Amino acid sequence: MRLVGSSELPAEVRSWIGQVRYEEETSFEIERGYIFTTCASVENGNPLFWDDEVARELTGGPIAPPSMLSVWFRPHHWTPAGREQRMPYQIHFDLKEALGLPEAVMTHNEIAFGAPVRPGDRLRARQSLASVSELKRTKLGSGRFWVLEVEYRNQRGELVAQESITGFGYRRDA
Amino acid sequence: MPAPYRVLTLDQVALGDRLPELACDVTATTVVLGALASRDWRPMHHDKHFAVERNGVKDIFLNTPNQAAWFERYVTDFTGPRGRLGRVRFRMQDSVFPGDRMVFRGEVRGVATDALGCGWLDLEVRLDVGEKTMTSCAVRVAVPVHPGDNPWRRSGASWQP
Repeated sequence: MRLVGSSELPAEVRSWIGQVRYEEETSFEIERGYIFTTCASVENGNPLFWDDEVARELTGGPIAPPSMLSVWFRPHHWTPAGREQRMPYQIHFDLKEALGLPEAVMTHNEIAFGAPVRPGDRLRARQSLASVSELKRTKLGSGRFWVLEVEYRNQRGELVAQESITGFGYRRDA
Repeated sequence: MPAPYRVLTLDQVALGDRLPELACDVTATTVVLGALASRDWRPMHHDKHFAVERNGVKDIFLNTPNQAAWFERYVTDFTGPRGRLGRVRFRMQDSVFPGDRMVFRGEVRGVATDALGCGWLDLEVRLDVGEKTMTSCAVRVAVPVHPGDNPWRRSGASWQP
């Protein structure tokens, strides 16, 4: 691994900017078990997620909490075919590798929500890289900020969400 | 008929209103349950040794998707189930660890009806531990403009978050 200087953003990484780099589909249908588990984890008693009558009245049937969007794209930890290598926000991990930055955190995340996600849906996501900063020094270490954009659609082609994520990849200062 | 639930309409909210505080004492279970609920198997959210040695922090810490779930819960506790999240922007400033008492606070920064007749609240919400804000969050949430209104009925061009 190497730490690149501010003027040395590799051509390979520059070529990723503005391009759709990954398209992926959820590997299982949206299901209510995770909806209940997520609501339980934060003690969310919103009847929209627990009471089918309320869901029928307000949203025409059960939906998932909008904030669960990224949950549906995380791969299983293990499958019979082996451990899945795909990662959510894969570009984030590609950048760590390409720029020689072993650690990384997400610093900002913005999501605009569209059509509700419903049990039984299958979603598709298109990831692209919007920008990579110059080399920066923070209290975590030295590295670069980057912005990823993800567009999500359901099996009917409806826009479910648009997301923008800022990450900071870094090497801890000695 | 569904059981009665809270309905917050736009006219019940004013600029500068503060949302009721929500406090939670974070435990290792809070962190691990939140990580597993969000299918986040990364070790810094369940393995203290990894978090300390690799991430340079003092313990496992709440992951971002679970913080998003906490913020959603906090906002819809205020609006009731007809509140529909339109846009959320997080800024993660520091980590939340077992032993922390996290307190959610929020303030109304905008009250408006858009050109399509949809009522919107702009909220500034934050997750504090002690005197420090660990995550701040700008939330745009649609609420009914009258008791019979339902923002969830909006779709396509009539939904502009």
